[in-house]
Amino acid sequence: MSSAEVPQAPHDDDIPLYEARKEIYPQAVHGRFRTAKWIILCITLGVYYFLPFVRWYRGPNAPDQAVLIDLPNRRFYFFFIEIWPQELYYVTGLLVLAALILFLMNAVAGRVWCGYLCPQTVWTDLFYAVERMIEGDRRERMQKAERGRWDLERIAEKILKHTIWLMIAWWTGGAWVLYFADAPTLVHELVTFQAPVVAYVWIAILTFTTYSLAGWMREQVCLYMCPWPRIQAALTDEYALNVMYRYDRGEPRMSAKKAEAARKADESAGDCVDCFQCVAVCPTGVDIRNGSQLGCIQCGLCIDACDNVMAKLGRPGGLIAYDTDDNAERREHHEEPVYRIIRARTVIYTVLIALVGAVMLYAFTSRNNVGISALHDRNPLFVKLADGAIRNAYTIRVTNKSLDTRPFRLEVIGLKEPKFDVIGVPQTGATSTLLEVGPDQTRELRVLVTLPKALIRDEKADVSFRLTDIVDGSSAIVRDHFFAPEGDYHSQQDGHHGQ
Amino acid sequence: MAAHDTNKVDTVTGMSTTGHEWDGIQELNTPLPRWWLWLFYICIVWGIGYVIAYPAWPLVSSYTKGVLGYASRDQIETDMASLKVQRGDMVAKMESASLADIEKDPKMLEVARALGKAAFGTNCGPCHGQGAQGGPSYPNLNDDQWIWGGSLDQIYQTIQYGIRNENPESRQGPMPAFGKDGIIPKADIPIVAAYVVTLSGRKPEGNVDLAKGQKLFAENCASCHGDAGKGNPEVGAPNLTSNIWLYGGDEKTIIETVTNGRGGVMPVWAGRLEPATIKALAVYVHTLGGGQ
Ligand code: SF4
Ligand code: SF4
Repeated sequence: MSSAEVPQAPHDDDIPLYEARKEIYPQAVHGRFRTAKWIILCITLGVYYFLPFVRWYRGPNAPDQAVLIDLPNRRFYFFFIEIWPQELYYVTGLLVLAALILFLMNAVAGRVWCGYLCPQTVWTDLFYAVERMIEGDRRERMQKAERGRWDLERIAEKILKHTIWLMIAWWTGGAWVLYFADAPTLVHELVTFQAPVVAYVWIAILTFTTYSLAGWMREQVCLYMCPWPRIQAALTDEYALNVMYRYDRGEPRMSAKKAEAARKADESAGDCVDCFQCVAVCPTGVDIRNGSQLGCIQCGLCIDACDNVMAKLGRPGGLIAYDTDDNAERREHHEEPVYRIIRARTVIYTVLIALVGAVMLYAFTSRNNVGISALHDRNPLFVKLADGAIRNAYTIRVTNKSLDTRPFRLEVIGLKEPKFDVIGVPQTGATSTLLEVGPDQTRELRVLVTLPKALIRDEKADVSFRLTDIVDGSSAIVRDHFFAPEGDYHSQQDGHHGQ
Repeated sequence: MAAHDTNKVDTVTGMSTTGHEWDGIQELNTPLPRWWLWLFYICIVWGIGYVIAYPAWPLVSSYTKGVLGYASRDQIETDMASLKVQRGDMVAKMESASLADIEKDPKMLEVARALGKAAFGTNCGPCHGQGAQGGPSYPNLNDDQWIWGGSLDQIYQTIQYGIRNENPESRQGPMPAFGKDGIIPKADIPIVAAYVVTLSGRKPEGNVDLAKGQKLFAENCASCHGDAGKGNPEVGAPNLTSNIWLYGGDEKTIIETVTNGRGGVMPVWAGRLEPATIKALAVYVHTLGGGQ
């Protein structure tokens, strides 16, 4: 390239470095996907707002709220499930499961999450509905904005709209805190201004985020803030269903009249009448006729809009429809479309989901009310006693997950004739002892295991501790080691030891 | 570089380009939204506010304090104070309870062991080791041999007043320097040391007159260590018949001990630590496993 052809770098102020926001006034639409979206909106928001009030009786010593995150007592209750902090792996499992399901959804039908289920979409949808109800549909709102006149009616409308938005946002924050305390009690405290400050702070934070994200930021969240569109672009393939405009059918686009004339004259005419209805209803301002793009959250509203237009024109629907990239190409070559829902990708995701689900289900069903963990003393690893015997010390934590005080038997197994001591607990057997643990509590014990010199064979022997619930017989075992000095200690003469 | 063309439009995407071009590759103009810029300005304002409100700039010998007067040190102190309040009941209960009662009550025992463990780490660990495992000349507190007695009360006494220090209450009783001070003739020391080796069931190295060794032991050592060498916690004379040696049990070390004597010390803790802490320490040490 000769220097003459190289374009000059422009002055900094020649191009806009920041983009003014394109105002979007999505138009109301009716149709299959819109109905589906309304139903999903009602279900998801209904669950979110009312779940804290659902009761679930667990017994006298436990809360009766179905879903409760009890931070002070470090418990998570979910219907029949009670999770302790050390069982956080269940939550990890759930997150893994959620991620895999999201991947599967994406492999089957692109961004269904974005279009129907994402809180940002759901709340924005709700806020748009309020806006439409008060300020009118697309055309009206555009006219009002263009006129820019601030008469009393417009001010009243704005105030009303923002008040309702703020009320929804406030309720959103309010519902959030109800998951962290007994809901009816907290509601009472909140209205009588006796709730803890942190509750009000969280309500304020969530009111602010809901109001600003669903009322003001809207599609900007999807376009500029959310990582999922970027991730999903890397996860999708040519067989995933996406909202698509069918070029083969739509082009060349022309007005309805021209198309009619063209068809009479046996010339090619597309079905798209360039009415821009698909763009008008789009909540992110996308023109789907330009192909799949980052801005499209795949909500299907443009499908409804176009289907309505086609119905009026007496043409078949589905000019915009869920379709695959592969089929778009096939249609271009006048081939039959194929749908491949079952393929390596979806099978692998399904298998993984089933696997993780099965493991979690197993973990859940085989879980009992008894828990035990052991921590071997590290310093010193073992203690040599006056008579040459070797003692190992352990910190053992026993857990009673049941809701009443219960007797347990703690025993040491796997060693021949060990001496077994639990500090502070009277001994009841040679290698076992009985102890009590309070309801829903843990108890930390110092446990000493001693082997006489003559019985020591290895530097490191296996030892286990078993905790048995005397009431229902369920038990838990933890494995550990018994350490002894190096060398053939049992035959060693005590020549030197620098204690 | 020729005339720039900022309104150039990319034919494929229909988007305008920035006019930048490298080897035929053009940069699309995909500007950030304005609000993003505003967030940036808000961050700057926030930053300035933060610098005014909180400690920020280092000065030569101090730093800007910030108008809110925040210091992380204060936070620690508040936390510690609230911890103290939280522990208050239990600590008061421990102060009035006897040591044996503390060990019998599971709840008090748990608190005492936790408190004792923490206090041990800071105060005792430097000599006895973090796990009380000891080392040459510092006893292992996990084992079952006690120079000054291993009962709760004896341990409590030792921690309160220490060993061989100026406090009149402290444990007293040195191991004399038999060799250096000429109490036992130099030539006889290996003989008595060889006899001491036999006390713990071992064979001495050379061929020595054990009968003479026994006689020397009876004359010089038995008054503290006992006729059979079983020791005496009253005067801090260790048991010489066991597997545990504070300074080393080989003949050479025993000769050195007899020649130069021993006199390990331990400081007074009463008055330096709170009464409840000392009690917790006694319980902690006693429950390490070797308590009598
Ligand atoms: S292009 Fe259609 S599917 Fe995509 S976001 Fe807009 S209306 Fe929804
Ligand atoms: S709604 Fe259908 S007919 Fe109208 S512009 Fe969009 S694709 Fe074309």
